[in-house]
Amino acid sequence: MSAILETTGLTKTFGAITAASDLHVRIEENTVVGLIGGNGAGKTTFINLVTGYLRPTAGTVRFEGRDITGLPPRRVTRLGICRSFQIPQVFDSLTTYENVLVGLGIVSMGRRAFAGSAPGGPAPEAAAEQVLTRFRLDAYRDELAGVLPEGLRKLLDIAMALAVKPRILLLDEPTSGVSADEKFGLMDLVLEVIREAGVTVLFVEHDMDIVRRYTQRILAFYEGRIIADGSPGAVLADAEVRRLVVGESEADVGGAPC
Amino acid sequence: MIRRRWTTAGLGIALVAVVGVAPLLPRWSLFVVTISLAKGLVALGLLLLMRTGLVSFGQGLYYAVGAYAAGVGAEALHLSDAVPMVILGALAAAAVALVLGLLLARYRAIFFAMLSLAFSMILYGVLVKTSAFGSTDGFNVAPKSILGFAAAGPAGRFGVYGVAALCAFGATLGIDRYLRSKLGRLAPAVRDNELRVEYMGASVRNVVHLHLVLAAALAGLGGALTALAVGHVDPEMAYWTTSGEFVFIAILSGTSSVAAPFVGALLLELLRSFAYEHAPNTWQLVMGVAMLGVILFLPEGLWSLFRRRVRSAT
Repeated sequence: MSAILETTGLTKTFGAITAASDLHVRIEENTVVGLIGGNGAGKTTFINLVTGYLRPTAGTVRFEGRDITGLPPRRVTRLGICRSFQIPQVFDSLTTYENVLVGLGIVSMGRRAFAGSAPGGPAPEAAAEQVLTRFRLDAYRDELAGVLPEGLRKLLDIAMALAVKPRILLLDEPTSGVSADEKFGLMDLVLEVIREAGVTVLFVEHDMDIVRRYTQRILAFYEGRIIADGSPGAVLADAEVRRLVVGESEADVGGAPC
Repeated sequence: MIRRRWTTAGLGIALVAVVGVAPLLPRWSLFVVTISLAKGLVALGLLLLMRTGLVSFGQGLYYAVGAYAAGVGAEALHLSDAVPMVILGALAAAAVALVLGLLLARYRAIFFAMLSLAFSMILYGVLVKTSAFGSTDGFNVAPKSILGFAAAGPAGRFGVYGVAALCAFGATLGIDRYLRSKLGRLAPAVRDNELRVEYMGASVRNVVHLHLVLAAALAGLGGALTALAVGHVDPEMAYWTTSGEFVFIAILSGTSSVAAPFVGALLLELLRSFAYEHAPNTWQLVMGVAMLGVILFLPEGLWSLFRRRVRSAT
């Protein structure tokens, strides 16, 4: 399998704090990779570096062999990398349908963002309805996104990220804030859609049951470094991971209100 | 689609009505309606900005640029017809916004509002000191013709009124279409969540810049029409109270309908005319109370009175 995403020596420092330290990561196409680690371990920083939200202090990011280091998020998005957010980033004053419609509108405008503005171009309306049906959001079509329950906002956030038709999708804690009995349903649905679309996935997750069940590979972060990288069984059995990551995050999950 | 046709038909009827009643209107009110159409155009630009999440306290800048450009165009470029003068006004204001937008598009909220105010006050300062443009007195503007017809006397007043009505019709239809386009739909998206817009692959700054230019073109158009209707331009057009009045109209109208700014502008002009007549010393007080009333009782503007549906089908 070929590498779709590769980072070499990726480093990010904020003053005296090193949020990412010399990260060498190679992600193969069509895999589902979990990123685990305690708070402040550097998982979200890694996502922010890959998607261009943060500029690395050192190192490079290559996507499909192309150097994308330092490109702004919208350029990175256009190349085929999209993300969802720990706190869903949706358009609160628009309905669920309009949220998807705006997103698909941007995608269909392509690079000719201004030339494609003429009314009467190819209509994303039908495609938006399909996305809603696929993500089982059609019952909430005309609800304002700002008043949807957290689980549905998460789902809408992911649906919008996938509407961009990315080659690789980064999910930042897709199940945080989602009630315990809805978590597996949400992940089943999301991964089903992802498999159909043939998208490579990296997701940050604190819930070890989720990580064990849905990933083929795990990267364990600690203080900006990767301390373990391998199959879920091997990584979760690793003594250092158990001491530094799993113990802490399981305590986190247990203490969090549902 | 159905709604779009309805809007076109509705605006068409409004145009015919506005032009049709013109001969029946007393002379003073013909002027008031012309000015309302001109100021409504400026407020329409503010509506576009407000839907994008921005409030400009400096639209007077583009209003004055449009007016002065129309006047200077008539003098220096020998444009004697009203229509090219108006087009020149809109283009000049758009050009100014194209340049200032490079800086303005980086700012949001109060910083954007104050920076736009600052630019308008700089222009005011420059105009007051420029003797070639008549300093504080300004100068007279008079087109020789309107679409080839002589522009003297009552016919000229009707002509300017007709041009204003056509501009308002065209601009309202254009902005309505635009707001339904893929690009126009980004306005509320940018207001709600810039991060998500960028992460969907669109440039927030380009959207804001474009809307600044469009709003400026509308303000320039309004300024040029005002210059023709009044027959005079002066630096007060760039003063902050003028800009504040446009914000007043936009708040009075609300942002839910593209036709609302014209209704709001007309109501404001009528309110001011009556306040001025009946309370010549305290008319500002009347205007202030009216503004207070709108904010307290109609926070979404006058248009919320007419609206049947809670959400427009954008």
